[in-house]
Amino acid sequence: MKVVVCTKQTPSTTANFSVENGVVSWDDPGGKPNVVNPWDEYAIEEAIRLKENHGVSDAIAISVGGESSQEALKTCLAMGCTEAILVADEAFNGSDSLGTARILAAAIEKIGDVQVALFGRQAIDGDSGQTVVQTARKLGWTPLTSVAAITAFGDGNITVERLTDEGKITVTAPLPVVLGTVKELNEPRYPSFMGIRKASRATIPTWTAADLDVNGGVGADASKVDWSQVYTLPPREGEVEIIDADSVEEQVEILVDKLFEEKVI
Amino acid sequence: MSGVWVFVENRGGEISTISKEAIGAARHVADELGEDVTGLVFGEGVAAVADAAFDLGCDEVIGADDETLKDGRVEALGPLVVELAQEHEPAVLMAGASILGRELTAWVAADLDAGLVSDCTALEVDDETVKVTRPVYAGKLLSTVFVTDGLQVISLRSRAFPQAVSTGNTGTAEWVDAAVDEDDIPTKVVGFEEKESGVSLTDASIIVSGGRGVGGPEGFEPLRKLADTLGAALGASRAAVDAGWIPYEHQVGQTGKTVSPDLYIACGISGAIQHQAGMRTSKVIVAINKDPDAPVFKLAQYGIVADLFEVVPALTEEFGNRL
Repeated sequence: MKVVVCTKQTPSTTANFSVENGVVSWDDPGGKPNVVNPWDEYAIEEAIRLKENHGVSDAIAISVGGESSQEALKTCLAMGCTEAILVADEAFNGSDSLGTARILAAAIEKIGDVQVALFGRQAIDGDSGQTVVQTARKLGWTPLTSVAAITAFGDGNITVERLTDEGKITVTAPLPVVLGTVKELNEPRYPSFMGIRKASRATIPTWTAADLDVNGGVGADASKVDWSQVYTLPPREGEVEIIDADSVEEQVEILVDKLFEEKVI
Repeated sequence: MSGVWVFVENRGGEISTISKEAIGAARHVADELGEDVTGLVFGEGVAAVADAAFDLGCDEVIGADDETLKDGRVEALGPLVVELAQEHEPAVLMAGASILGRELTAWVAADLDAGLVSDCTALEVDDETVKVTRPVYAGKLLSTVFVTDGLQVISLRSRAFPQAVSTGNTGTAEWVDAAVDEDDIPTKVVGFEEKESGVSLTDASIIVSGGRGVGGPEGFEPLRKLADTLGAALGASRAAVDAGWIPYEHQVGQTGKTVSPDLYIACGISGAIQHQAGMRTSKVIVAINKDPDAPVFKLAQYGIVADLFEVVPALTEEFGNRL
């Protein structure tokens, strides 16, 4: 039995962005502009734990993206994934969330014998978090999102705790399932020195459209969403008013007056 | 295709806050399009919820009253909305971007091959198209997004739209059967623990938040007292959470919660870009920090440069006297 973790390479959390003619670019003061999507680290860790603790044979990382996504996949290998596959084709460029779900579902079907596909909560670039349920629909598998713990796994079933808006709900479902994970799930490990060495020598195969059974519904032409207009945030209006007075009590009194005037109390 | 549909999430006979916001936004879109709002009310024992949906301004309500629909399983709700949408062909389907709302919109868009835009924070209607503003890159950039063809499926971020209010409208709901039998729903609920009481960060209209300057777990005590006095939620920066001073569920920022309260009081928070991403849409931001050069002052409307352990208790006392 295999598990797959779907990852994405994203800008780092410290990246500074600029937009010119609708094209987004970024750099990073720390010199590492691209990373594995931070939310995916919990999904990667859990995939590796399923292999370590539950008799899963393979924990495979896949990513849809450009050649540069190899770096993110190498991080997955360094952490302990057994295999990594890049899914890249010009025909995939410009896919909306449903197009991406079709590509991922086709890749998971090609891998075969997969019982669990794991996702991070959302990617920190597009921030939509919709691919997990849409991939589940394209596979015909059960989606379980907001998973904070796997409490039982085996005999063809999985039991998980989900954090919902109302509280913590525990559910059991038959495999195969698609899991959307949250940060409460685990503490992701750092890549080991040996892992990094092994990953640096690994060759990551690239699957193209020709390798996958996707019949249309992918790429820019099939996309039903236009997200071409991107712009920088308007600065927050006005300047800060520093409240100065002879004592803290007076400062606080002035501030509270202002907050009542703003009608936010 | 015509009509604006809105998913009316409910629990214990009450319509959720985010769904009241969604009904308000749906009303606005429908008025611009010159069409009706249809509320989708699903659950067990939800007749009163249907009445409440009319009262909040829905022109029509499609309801389903069934045990399978009570615990928010998307495998029960998704096929029902898909079936209804195939029959009635609405132009727009809206839902609050709660966990269930996000699941449901993704499910329906996947099954109907429809365009989906999520986490909308503002919208305008341009001809027949709903143009949506949504933050991207963790709130560091904005984008205008729209569905180019067919059904437009849209989820709305919490607290981005005003809640619909009582209109006195009444009506008779159309009641339909559930689409899936319990035997055909793979997921079974085996346990439920209700969230601890207390104000949730994403619903809160006031948030009192602490960062590195709080100094330790006990440093959150004065903040907690201020929050209690204001009926506010307690937030924290990643620095405070990573230090183990307060649980992760309180974290505001890029890898925590995104919030937009009316008032955000940042205490001892420097205001790193990752924290800003989670709170910059707050209506009024107050910064309390000893360091006059802290980046948080660039974002705030009001600032006090002083020790938070003097300012916060004084604020609690002042609000206590005046509220």
